Amino acid sequence: MTPPTTTGAARAITNVDERPVLRERGQREVFCGLTGIVWMHRKIQDAFFLVVGSRTCAHLIQSAAGVMIFAEPRFATAIIGERDLAGLADANEELDREVGKLLARRPDIKLLFLVGSCPSEVIKLDLSRAAERLSRQFMPDVRVLNYSGSGIETTFTQGEDACLASLVPELPRAAGDARSLLVVGALADIVEDQFRQTFADLGIDNVDFLPPRLSTELPSVGPGTRYLLAQPFLTDTSQALENNGATRLSAPFPFGEEGTTAWLRAAADAWDVPERHFNAVTRPGRDRAKKAMERYRERLAGRRIFFFPDSQLEVPLARFLSREMGMELTEVGTPYLHKEHLERELPLLPAGVCVSEGQDVDRQIDRCFAAEPDIVVCGLGLANPFEAAGVTTKWSIELLFTPIHGYEQAADCAELFARPLSRREALAI
Amino acid sequence: MQLTLWTYEGPPHVGAMRVATAMRDVHYVLHAPQGDTYADLLFTMIERRSQRPPVTYTTFQARDLGADTAQLFQDAVRDAYERFQPKAMIVGASCTAELIQDDPGGLADALNLPIPVIPLELPSYQRKENWGAAETFYYIVRTLSRPPADDRNGRSRPTCNLLGATALGFRHRDDVNELGMLLRQLGVDINVTAPWEATPDDIARLADADFNVVMYPEIADTAARWLERTYGQPYVAIPPIGVSATRDFVKEVAELVDVDPMPVLADAASRLPWYSRSVDSTYLTGKRVFIFGDATHVLAAARIAREELAFEVVGLGTYSREFARDVRAAARELGVDALITDDYLDVEARVQELQPELVLGTQMERHIAKRQGIACAVISSPVHVQDFPAAYAPQMGFEGANAIFDTWVHPLMMGLEEHLLGMFSEDFEFHNDATPSHLGGSATRGKAAAAETEDESIADVEALTWSPDAEKTLSRIPFFVRGKAKRNTETFALERGIATITSETLYDAKAHFGR
Repeated sequence: MTPPTTTGAARAITNVDERPVLRERGQREVFCGLTGIVWMHRKIQDAFFLVVGSRTCAHLIQSAAGVMIFAEPRFATAIIGERDLAGLADANEELDREVGKLLARRPDIKLLFLVGSCPSEVIKLDLSRAAERLSRQFMPDVRVLNYSGSGIETTFTQGEDACLASLVPELPRAAGDARSLLVVGALADIVEDQFRQTFADLGIDNVDFLPPRLSTELPSVGPGTRYLLAQPFLTDTSQALENNGATRLSAPFPFGEEGTTAWLRAAADAWDVPERHFNAVTRPGRDRAKKAMERYRERLAGRRIFFFPDSQLEVPLARFLSREMGMELTEVGTPYLHKEHLERELPLLPAGVCVSEGQDVDRQIDRCFAAEPDIVVCGLGLANPFEAAGVTTKWSIELLFTPIHGYEQAADCAELFARPLSRREALAI
Repeated sequence: MQLTLWTYEGPPHVGAMRVATAMRDVHYVLHAPQGDTYADLLFTMIERRSQRPPVTYTTFQARDLGADTAQLFQDAVRDAYERFQPKAMIVGASCTAELIQDDPGGLADALNLPIPVIPLELPSYQRKENWGAAETFYYIVRTLSRPPADDRNGRSRPTCNLLGATALGFRHRDDVNELGMLLRQLGVDINVTAPWEATPDDIARLADADFNVVMYPEIADTAARWLERTYGQPYVAIPPIGVSATRDFVKEVAELVDVDPMPVLADAASRLPWYSRSVDSTYLTGKRVFIFGDATHVLAAARIAREELAFEVVGLGTYSREFARDVRAAARELGVDALITDDYLDVEARVQELQPELVLGTQMERHIAKRQGIACAVISSPVHVQDFPAAYAPQMGFEGANAIFDTWVHPLMMGLEEHLLGMFSEDFEFHNDATPSHLGGSATRGKAAAAETEDESIADVEALTWSPDAEKTLSRIPFFVRGKAKRNTETFALERGIATITSETLYDAKAHFGR
């Protein structure tokens, strides 16, 4: 990668929330939604993800899965062959046969996701009908659902969104209007435990998490359900929950001390938790988070950061790094800017930051070199070429695979950005 | 439809990327949906390349399918040409774009770019990565090569081309270097190395060489055959992996261009022959090895294992269906069944069944072996970041044989250690379940034992009973031969209609089968 001599021109600038947003349509250097399987299959422990796709899909998941985690995984690809393309009736029969073999091999599986891919979408293989058909055959032992993780429909974390949205119609209907809290978005088990404890201390019981760790423990949802998004990329899931009568609690996302406090407060307010009690419960966590973050603030303050679009975590993380770590934001790229879910985040970004949506990767690389950031957050395809050009990077995929939510992880989140900078300073070669 | 957990090969367009990325001044425009850009990380992460692969993807999305994806493709080609100024371009479709039938070749042609544009037809639903690489290289050679120059440009020494090294290949980087040195020492100069670091201009002068060296038949065979047919350029197709194969290679080259091989052969720099003959290697005798990988490396490994280390090859196989015939022939010669499959579970089952002492395979087999507590060395693609070592580690030539000796022998339990384990099976340090001391980590042992018992899929074996004393004796056998001892004893018992295995049966079986 070589710094350019000229800077590419912007394609379109529109305003969101009185902030100019640079929208681009060109080559998008992003993962497709199938990648979400890598963490979703660890989260729902009795689920199996069967991608109906091509050899490319199988190769992608294998490559994205930390460049090969082995052990027999709870995901696989049914690779479409030439014969399947010749006749769709046969493709359905073949799919049924492969599913039959798979479930015979894995009696521990209680939930099977048929995951659509680019080729399955283009040949219009109807996986929702296949899922219904197979569910009838295998219920009550195995529930079969479907969603699309295809690159033509989904970008990276949208795969988790599509997966969770497909689960929502399966959630039991909550009896009556009793209030309950639902936390939505896959979280590390340890983070889930911490939040559960905090909500209990606040006096909010009846708290559930989506996805659950086991498919047999699906939370119920109804008009009494108030839900908090733990991740910013859950557009379809959110819509599906609202259709079931649930109400979203608007909040920033729980990154950093500030974000976590505001996120918890949204629930506390809905439950009319007295301010004094809220402060008493959250004080120790807030203090610990601040103390732990101090050392990273020293390293990060004043450093300039550039975000390439990847996971939709970019805006909340940029807010955290700018407000709590004192970093200077250059461009904050995101694959998709969901105005409503980010309504409490966008106003917290400093004025003058370039927020961009979508991508034209070559132009963005040009802008990145021109901005001369101290650190670039980008995907694995770009990271080493940037490093070789002398630019410090943080691989963005790690932000999905590391617990970074909540008070106890606030400093860990900061550390992920501080480490590449420390490393570059430590190396004397 | 085929159910796949892990794949040995990617789709054919990844093969094309391996060729394009190895070359210079070539750009590949790939009609592909968003998400297919994952392939970049294979090169930047696994191979630690410092440049992005020279690939532009159209990354179309659902909304583009209703509009004009053909226009999107043409824009991508035009933009890529302007930005990267390549000297040649290849264009093609990935699996999804193949279905929408936009004709990348025709669309690119219509742009009338002032450089050669090579269309690729790589059927994604039939073919795989290595075939895609071979086909891409062949099309590039066919389009860009020119008839040989009339004069030899005053060259006195014979020249050759080294064909087949690509990006993301198993030790291709070091093999190119090692083979170049070997040939120059022999008095042969290198005209062009391709696709590795070749420019379109280099491809144009391929025919100037006296002959071609097919380093990796999986990739260069098609192109070399075409060069022979078209320009009468002969090729040498013995991959010089191992001492004997390297000697054969040297002799064949020497004969082809009439140079004296003796100085090179007499001065052969490999320590392998002496290391293998030295007494401390006695313990390697008859080690049971299972070999799986691409055809080139499997065939070479089988010969090295048998002739140069005196191992016993108990099984071999390949995922390279295009070369299944060669591997089957080699297997017949060794008296074993060839396993031709791209299903990782078949390979795992075969390893389980054979209980080898050493597995020579790909990163997939490394994992299989790890789970079963068997020593393993990697000999072939698919590759992992570890297969791009910082140190010089070729597979080809005499230095390659040195690297092979080290990497295959180090994972094994050393001779003396084996004896101590045999003598003091209940010693607190040298106990049964100890792993080789230099490897540390005993975590896999329990799993290995569990894996051994999972394998009783045959009903007959299930009917056998092990008496407590036989089980105790079995447990005193060091773990690295325990699986084999158990299997031999059970076979022995079944053959003789023995229902309950006693210690006696175990020793009888040992006497029957030998070590």
